[in-house]
Amino acid sequence: MAGAKEIRTKIASIKSTQKITKAMQMVAASKMRKAQDRMSASRPYAEKMLQVISHLAQATPEYRHSFMAEERPRKRVGYIVVSSDRGLCGGLNSNLFRRLIAEIKEQREAGVEPVFCTIGTKALGFFKRFGGDVKAQSTHLGDKPHVEDLIGTVKVMLDAFESGEIDAIYVASNEFVNTMTQSPVIRQLVPLVPGEKQDSMPYHWDYIYEPDAKTVLDALLTRYIESLVYQSVVENTACEQAARMVAMKAASDNAGNLIGELQLVYNKARQAAITQEISEIVSGAAAV
Amino acid sequence: MAMTIRVDIVSAEGAIHSGPATMVYATADMGEVGIAPRHTAFISRLKPGDVRVETENGEQEHFYISGGMLEVQPSVVTVLADTAVRAHDLDEAAALDAKRRAEDALAGHTAEFEYAKAQTELAEAVAQLRAIEKLRKMKRG
Repeated sequence: MAGAKEIRTKIASIKSTQKITKAMQMVAASKMRKAQDRMSASRPYAEKMLQVISHLAQATPEYRHSFMAEERPRKRVGYIVVSSDRGLCGGLNSNLFRRLIAEIKEQREAGVEPVFCTIGTKALGFFKRFGGDVKAQSTHLGDKPHVEDLIGTVKVMLDAFESGEIDAIYVASNEFVNTMTQSPVIRQLVPLVPGEKQDSMPYHWDYIYEPDAKTVLDALLTRYIESLVYQSVVENTACEQAARMVAMKAASDNAGNLIGELQLVYNKARQAAITQEISEIVSGAAAV
Repeated sequence: MAMTIRVDIVSAEGAIHSGPATMVYATADMGEVGIAPRHTAFISRLKPGDVRVETENGEQEHFYISGGMLEVQPSVVTVLADTAVRAHDLDEAAALDAKRRAEDALAGHTAEFEYAKAQTELAEAVAQLRAIEKLRKMKRG
């Protein structure tokens, strides 16, 4: 019966693991819904801002902010890498990093040197191992990321751009396709990618500016970019929870299979022990 | 019925208020402004302070915002609220802080980083153990 006891303890330990993974799955499911709500809640802000910015850009063609300027030849580019703070979320972070490595290789071949800003513990850990020039970082944003936690990190990048240290800024994060699918994407942030021309003004009108167009546009652009980064962070949180939910579901299922198999082995061992005992008694009785 | 203007107060983290109003007051950069329906297009920065919205039935609603932008069009007022107090030197401090954190982390002093490193080492060790186990099984089998 020595084997049977071992198997029993193993089954018990797998069962408690399964309980944990099941609980994590359910927690992730509810957090994912909240994160998705947050994702859609931040959209009107950015949309409204984009509207105003494109209007301002059309209304004041004589002032071009450096974020909206023409592309300049690239020597160094910045990446804001958005990752999760915690693991146990399947291949979410490693997929993103793999995509990033491919991108970095491509850039290096073109003679462009990348610098990084990281958001989340995992990205920081990655660059520590992989090596890379990390300019700034913020971690521990929690399930409810706040814009003020990102201001510093984004500003480091924007300052570097304005001083000419870097020539473009990208943001690398996961895109929430659906609960089962998250795909890593790298989007260009600065210089702003000109969208399709919005309704070209049928008749000319302009705002009254306080204090003046330039100040307003500067303030708006910084906030707009921050809100884009914030959106990526929120989307990444939703991805993290979705990925964790799927990973934990797979883990729970695996634990179930394992328990089933072990139970079978255990039953066989028990049966064999009983049979052996009976045959021992019977043969003992026959010998007498 | 009194003339109304639509008011949207939004921040990066979500919508705060939306609805019709007969009058909107806000603290703009150059002094308090009152916006009546059909106000001409106007745009300004907002200082931290109150945004008051007068609804159709004469009630007043107050929203405290820590700065932002005010955009006015004849039929709609949009307040793009900041979620934090913003000032040039505060932003600068946040940027310096983010930089310092990166330097600290890369120098490898912080506890959280040690943790991440330990975790990767643990994962490697587990993978090695698994490989050894497999080898043993193959030998036996």
